[in-house]
Amino acid sequence: MNLALEPISTLRARLRGREICPRDILAAIRERVEELNLALNAYVHHDWDAAMAEADRADLSLPLGGIPVAIKDVISVRGQPCTCGSRILQGHVALYDATVIGNLRRSGAIPVGRLNMDEFAMGSSNENSFYGPCRNPWDTSRAPGGSSGGSAAAVAAGLAVAALGSDTGGSIRQPAAFCGCVGLKPTYGRVSRYGLVAFASSLDQIGPLTRTVEDAAIVLGAISGHDPADCTSVDTGVPDFAASLGGGVRGLRFGVPKEYFIPGMDPAVERAVRAAIDHLAHEGAEIVEISLPHTEHAIASYYIIAPAEASSNLARFDGVRYGHRAKDATDVIDCYAKTRQQGFGKEVKRRILLGTYVLSSGYYDAYYLRAQKVRTLMRRDFERAFETCDAILTPTAPSPAFKLGEKLDDPISMYLGDVFTIAVNMAGICGISLPCGFTGGAGARLPIGLQIIGKPFDEATILRVAHHYEQTTPWHRERPPL
Amino acid sequence: MSPMKTDYEPVIGLEVHCQVRTRSKMFCGCRTQFGEAPNALTCPVCLGHPGVLPVPNREAIVRTIQTGLLLSCDIDEFCKFDRKNYFYPDMPKNYQISQYDMPLCRGGGVTLDRFSFPKDAQDSPCAAARKRVRLTRIHLEEDVAKSTHFETTSGIDFNRAGTPLMEIVTEADIASPEEAFAFLTALRLMLVQAGVSDADMEKGQLRCDCNVSVRPRGQRAFGTKCEIKNMNSISGVRRALAYEIERQIEVLGAGGRITQETRRWDDGIGQTSTMRSKEEVHDYRYFPDPDLMPIKTSDGLLDEARTRLIELPIDRADRYTRAFEVTEYDASVLASDLDMALYFERASSGASNPKGIANYLLNDLLSALTSSGKVIADCPVRPEALRDLVSLIDGGKINSKQAKEVFKEMFETGAAPADIVKSRGLEQVSDTGAIEALARQAIDAHPGPAQDFLDGKASALNFLTGQVMKLSKGKANPKLASDIIERLLRSR
Repeated sequence: MNLALEPISTLRARLRGREICPRDILAAIRERVEELNLALNAYVHHDWDAAMAEADRADLSLPLGGIPVAIKDVISVRGQPCTCGSRILQGHVALYDATVIGNLRRSGAIPVGRLNMDEFAMGSSNENSFYGPCRNPWDTSRAPGGSSGGSAAAVAAGLAVAALGSDTGGSIRQPAAFCGCVGLKPTYGRVSRYGLVAFASSLDQIGPLTRTVEDAAIVLGAISGHDPADCTSVDTGVPDFAASLGGGVRGLRFGVPKEYFIPGMDPAVERAVRAAIDHLAHEGAEIVEISLPHTEHAIASYYIIAPAEASSNLARFDGVRYGHRAKDATDVIDCYAKTRQQGFGKEVKRRILLGTYVLSSGYYDAYYLRAQKVRTLMRRDFERAFETCDAILTPTAPSPAFKLGEKLDDPISMYLGDVFTIAVNMAGICGISLPCGFTGGAGARLPIGLQIIGKPFDEATILRVAHHYEQTTPWHRERPPL
Repeated sequence: MSPMKTDYEPVIGLEVHCQVRTRSKMFCGCRTQFGEAPNALTCPVCLGHPGVLPVPNREAIVRTIQTGLLLSCDIDEFCKFDRKNYFYPDMPKNYQISQYDMPLCRGGGVTLDRFSFPKDAQDSPCAAARKRVRLTRIHLEEDVAKSTHFETTSGIDFNRAGTPLMEIVTEADIASPEEAFAFLTALRLMLVQAGVSDADMEKGQLRCDCNVSVRPRGQRAFGTKCEIKNMNSISGVRRALAYEIERQIEVLGAGGRITQETRRWDDGIGQTSTMRSKEEVHDYRYFPDPDLMPIKTSDGLLDEARTRLIELPIDRADRYTRAFEVTEYDASVLASDLDMALYFERASSGASNPKGIANYLLNDLLSALTSSGKVIADCPVRPEALRDLVSLIDGGKINSKQAKEVFKEMFETGAAPADIVKSRGLEQVSDTGAIEALARQAIDAHPGPAQDFLDGKASALNFLTGQVMKLSKGKANPKLASDIIERLLRSR
């Protein structure tokens, strides 16, 4: 038994039974990281000694006592580097723990390492990283997805028991689909954003990436809850997500949006997702066709709102207080220009320019304000849909993992890949991706993701559906050929 | 003064930044305090570290609404915070959380009372006019840090960064530097009395930017304006405006044109000079701050602000002149210091002569406080005691000379005036029979002055009265003594 590949419930049982200690789990992970990280580039930093010391102090009576959780490089962990995959934050060490890190620690978990990502969470392939791309464990010539590529690859390849990622337009769910693991984007306001370096504040949400649905439920339970330090976190009760699993799908009604099966999508993806829908119908769920008519405007409005917020959020990276500072500046303005010119990558610059433009005087109403109105319409689409169904079933992404470099020079095609995930962020609701099959034919077998979208704060239902699907299908047992 | 100066009139509008008095900063828990070591009062939030989020300070919102209510502003039900984006080393996030199109307060105004004007302008017709300067809005934002420039480097102190700051914007209603002075004086007094700000200009707690233009008298359209900055006192604002108005008139008078620009006031040399021109103006790219929820003022904020309303100094002064017949000047001095006003009100409650109390308070009591380095809040003389003292004088129980003695002891020991009068045996003799006996004695002893009086030398009466006082060991009521002597002499 390799401890790095076991689910949380098994590890917890063995920890409680004193068969193993937290150090053993960390050692197993360390061994795999040392063996595989060179090929995968999932971790960009780790401090095993600090993690071991924390593991020795872990309170095993707590729900996540002794369980290591790997952290995306965008979430602040006191005393550890927090660089967001960017040159501009090289040398920056976080001064404080994000609320989710505090919550994990209070549950007995041990935050471990820093996981690779697209710079400032902008990207869908993990290629926009100052550390170079993370690679897909199913085929290392392919992208792991992004922006939480490191989180998905590490979990799928057994370099982590579980990981935290962040999702602004699909950044948890799409890499989970590409790497064949479970990724959940909670309802906006379910999990505190305090300590998550902001990309687009009104869309960002932290969530778990795990190998099983039960693990996702356990980690989500640990990180959720109202946080007075985040005004956008919602003061609503946190159900026992893990306890709500096992209810089955009989009597539930699932909507399938006709706008989500688009021309040009990969036939293998369509086949697998249709089969998953049939499977759930066979298990007793009722399937209804629904319409989300404003889906076609999702990407356009997202690429106004997200860059607008990002252009402001990323203004603080100026070399004055922390991180990279250009050496040869002549005055303060020159220092800003050179620092940011050297510190930010191409995609980040593109989005800052886009966001600056759409917020400019004279353009605000035509772009930002109108995009916000579209966003309201998209939210209403979902509200209306949820009057007739309990959850919505869609593909997570229109294709399986693409080749590294394949879309690098075509940002629009890269953006279009997020067509099924973005609407969930725009509407502020929750969604989970889990494996629902593999591509066939020649070449590597690549995982395909099923997305289950839920009502606001109804993570319990999508977890229950995902869990039932997982337990009645074989896909989650498949491991990448490493 | 150049002869053409009277051909032009200035138009002035002010933007006043005022630190709101709160224990902690606007969006984090750091303390707000002046004079701490640089960067001692900072945290990841007010340093703009990656990942931090703002949490609004409720107290600052309530105090801003309170200010708005005091200045008769409208308070909307929904307000919000916006981001004002621009790069500056003093701004930790390179955006400032401010309010753009939905500020906490709209409209309102400040009435200029005569005694808010500079001393040398209090007798002008403008000062008597009780002009009302309208406000455009009051919004709440966070203050920036403070840079200090050294030879080759600059240092930034973030202690001030994130301090709650109210911006009070006036309409272009101000017509002279003196009115600007009066506006700021009246506003400052109100802010301090309401407890919403310490408003100390030297500590940067109150800062004022002035927009000023001039136009030919009678012309409706505004001239091109300049913004002037960097004044660190209210009189500095007056001088800067006077200089700038004269400069603009000179330029126009010489056939030149005013360029719209920001000018910096140098208090040392008493001049304004170009800081930046209009071309460099920023596009602040305002948008609603997605980290903050809209403010619903009906959610208890407005109610709480209402519980903190005070009587405006100008209304208080008016009440004193009306109800207590205190002079306008005395009333304004009393109303300008809340402790003094409350002292006065307690002393005058049920008193027959509030005006006499005001006089005693503003003269004897105030000078005693000044020379002993005390303030009215720790005055050893209780208001009731002052009232008793004044009524002892009014009732003819002691004369004013004795009163001074009694007051001195009251101030030193805190004893009640009646007790002092009794223990010192100072009670004035108003017994006509007793005084008459002493008067006869004095006339008999000094026949010369008695004759002088009858010959028409009025001062002789004072001498004889003095003799009666001496014989009574100072206890006789001097007015009574003098009346009796006169009667005795004339009846001879």
